[in-house]
Amino acid sequence: MTETITVNETEYPIPADPRVSLLDFLRQHVGLTGTKKGCDHGQCGACTVLVNGMRINSCLSLAVMHGGDSVTTIEGLGNPENPSALQKAFVEHDGYQCGYCTPGQVCSATAMLQEIDNGWPSDASESLEGEVELTADEIRERMSGNLCRCGAYPNIVAAIRDAAKEDAA
Amino acid sequence: MNIHVKQDEAAKECRLDDMKQGILGRDVSRPDGLPKVTGTAPYAAEYKIDGCLEGVIVTSTIVKGEVTNIDASSVLDMPGVEAVIDDPRLTARAAQGTAGEAPAQPARKVGYFGQPVAVVVARTFEEARDAAKHLKIEYRVEDDAIVDPEEADAEAQGDGTKMGDLAEAMNSARHSVDVVITTEGHNSAPMEPHAAIAEWDGDKLTVHASLQMLNYNISELADSLDLDEEKIRLIARYVGGGFGSKLGVSEETVAACVAAMELQRPVRVVMSRQQVFQCVMRRSETRQRLRLAADEDGKLIGFGHEARVSNLPGEEFAEPVLQSSEFLYRGENRLLELEVARIHRMTAGSVRAPGEAVGMPALEAAMDMLAEKVGIDPVELRLRNIPERHPAKDLPFTDHSLAECLTKGAEAFGWDKGPRKPMQKREGEWWIGTGMASAARVHNVSEAKARVTLKADGTALVETDMTDIGTGTYAILTQLAGEMLGLPVDKVLVDLGDTNHPRGPGSGGSWGAASIGSAVFVACEAVRKQVAEKAGVSENELSLSDGRVMNGATLTDLLDGADISAEGHYEPGAISEDYTASGFGAFFAEVRVNRYTGETRVNRMLGSFGFGRVLNAKTARSQCLGGVTWSIGLALTEGLKFDPRDGHLANCDLAEYHVPVNRDVPEVEILLLDGRDPLASAIQAKGVGELGMCGGAAAIANAIYNACGARVLDYPMTPDRVIAAMPENA
Repeated sequence: MTETITVNETEYPIPADPRVSLLDFLRQHVGLTGTKKGCDHGQCGACTVLVNGMRINSCLSLAVMHGGDSVTTIEGLGNPENPSALQKAFVEHDGYQCGYCTPGQVCSATAMLQEIDNGWPSDASESLEGEVELTADEIRERMSGNLCRCGAYPNIVAAIRDAAKEDAA
Repeated sequence: MNIHVKQDEAAKECRLDDMKQGILGRDVSRPDGLPKVTGTAPYAAEYKIDGCLEGVIVTSTIVKGEVTNIDASSVLDMPGVEAVIDDPRLTARAAQGTAGEAPAQPARKVGYFGQPVAVVVARTFEEARDAAKHLKIEYRVEDDAIVDPEEADAEAQGDGTKMGDLAEAMNSARHSVDVVITTEGHNSAPMEPHAAIAEWDGDKLTVHASLQMLNYNISELADSLDLDEEKIRLIARYVGGGFGSKLGVSEETVAACVAAMELQRPVRVVMSRQQVFQCVMRRSETRQRLRLAADEDGKLIGFGHEARVSNLPGEEFAEPVLQSSEFLYRGENRLLELEVARIHRMTAGSVRAPGEAVGMPALEAAMDMLAEKVGIDPVELRLRNIPERHPAKDLPFTDHSLAECLTKGAEAFGWDKGPRKPMQKREGEWWIGTGMASAARVHNVSEAKARVTLKADGTALVETDMTDIGTGTYAILTQLAGEMLGLPVDKVLVDLGDTNHPRGPGSGGSWGAASIGSAVFVACEAVRKQVAEKAGVSENELSLSDGRVMNGATLTDLLDGADISAEGHYEPGAISEDYTASGFGAFFAEVRVNRYTGETRVNRMLGSFGFGRVLNAKTARSQCLGGVTWSIGLALTEGLKFDPRDGHLANCDLAEYHVPVNRDVPEVEILLLDGRDPLASAIQAKGVGELGMCGGAAAIANAIYNACGARVLDYPMTPDRVIAAMPENA
């Protein structure tokens, strides 16, 4: 069994208490509080991080299950001096208000764009096969696991479309 | 230097429009944006404090009675457990907004299921949570608790409004509507759960907490702890949403303070999501009777709006359902009455737009029914009923933009004018229809203080304990100070959420921007006077932009190493008593309703809003988008469900209480009708944080009727209710 978890390219020991969720491990043990706790029950998406490139709700997973995994948090995607294209687009389009769901939204969107690139269909897709077009409805459907109580959804969709365009260019 | 301005008269000539920087009102991005999107903005629970212990709240399993014994020994041997906090200072409820005094104490006296009664403190969260589940508590149960508002006695709230004879007007009217409409309870559900970290140094408390109104919260906390306010410092630089639930100090903040004082160690207490639902505030359910009496042209001659809401015994708050109904439409025969049923469900309090959030959707659905009876366009019905003055108080209005919002909104939406008939358009399984509603939200403005310092290095600093709960306070104060002092946004630093600063108005009731903005404006005027003196011109002649005085000298040169500072103190005077002030708007919605499942989807929405001066087009639009999103939730999905036996909240999490998700919200167009309301505040602005949800649900409800002929009278309009109301031939 591997005894460490890699977070944003740094290795950390797995906590001794097996009850520690991946979310609390990141916030309390690693000290990266960019990942948010909104419900602790996988209902809001505020704790979304990337594990080996895939988005998950970190509150629904125990740290002890992630030996050898590579976790990317919001702090691993960019920082105020060097934000990612998505982070910049969220600022430009006001894709947030209070900001508490935002790291989860950005992590989720980062992985979601990759899922579309990979051709994974969703409930909003015309077909189960072939390329997926990045329509507003595709984004809305695929981002519906990330709640935003402030109601920034239309701006979040606009930010993601904008960042995806910039990436493609 | 301190400047005090009490506004008794219209701010007819506002210096803001003479300024040269050109940033106020523009779509400036938030200065707090990068910290938020990179996860570096610290929220209440995220301050790294050495040796911080973790507290977990334990809640009551009875409805009414008293805790007779808390057996600390049942958990003190568990790993990591440091203490069980069982203290008469622990609070049983959250404080109501602007209470300024301790909420109900002690926690041992139980008034509702799920009430906090104790706190378990341990070294780690996991240890505290485990021990909290094992804590043995004994109760003396009182089994006379009434939990159903329909079974409880109700108390009248004030005398209500009675003019003329509504019953006679209803009898003699050519057209009338008499209908009962209900709304279910709502939860604010901010994304950040209520949280606090308290540090006690033996003399003073430092508290990081997630609160909306530090100016009131510090008094509530001091009173709860029996401590002087001077011994407390409250800090809330980032607040992860509030929507009313963080207006008053809530149980976790008091608990963290009591624990820190008892243990002489820093303690963090964060509510679970279930506790946020159960222990803070609910919006009351409402039952509303609307009576509208009109002549043959649709002009109202009678207006009746009666509502029944509920709350715990001893709570002063009553959902002010009739607030905008008092003045929105004409009608010389009026009856408006509000009553409160006393029941043992969790505390009822402010949830975004208390009053209009539920009163307007009921009124505007009834207006739609009246428009159909009169046989005229529902937009036209509203235009014909805008009063000249407050119909009961006979006060003049300040800037009144309802007519403009209605006409401009209808035009931008492509509203199909004329009398309307339901069931006109169908695509496959889906009926398509449109609906509209007016928006209104009373304007409040309150006392506020802020310090503005123009620094010798050519930057400006704004300091106040005002909060930014996502509303955009950091952005608009940056713009106001930058505009007045001729500085670009990156030369202005706004420092908020710290009670060491001058006291602001707090964020709530949509009064934040106009109130604290006026205080910053007043302070900037004073700073400008001193700059003008140094420049040897009058303040009127002083032109500042991009850090330069008009003749080309830089501010840095002019200041010559000395800061200029002023504390602005703004207070509304006679303007608050002599006028009726409100934000106005109009909503238009297109929906599709499934013939077979009763499911409603919103295809598109438009909102047009008039609220005086727009301070930041980007953040104001976002506030309106948020309001429209809440309108969709209120119309279709949100409703608290209480167990009829013990009144406990059954859907106390985000899986069972359905806030709108991304796919529930379609393209939304927002029209901001930028204006000036000199009687609203010194900066001619009104609030916008709540207006966007005051009536929007009725536009959706009316669109459902227009689509499929189902006139549902109970919000939210879930598929079961829509299908039950759908006509046979749909």
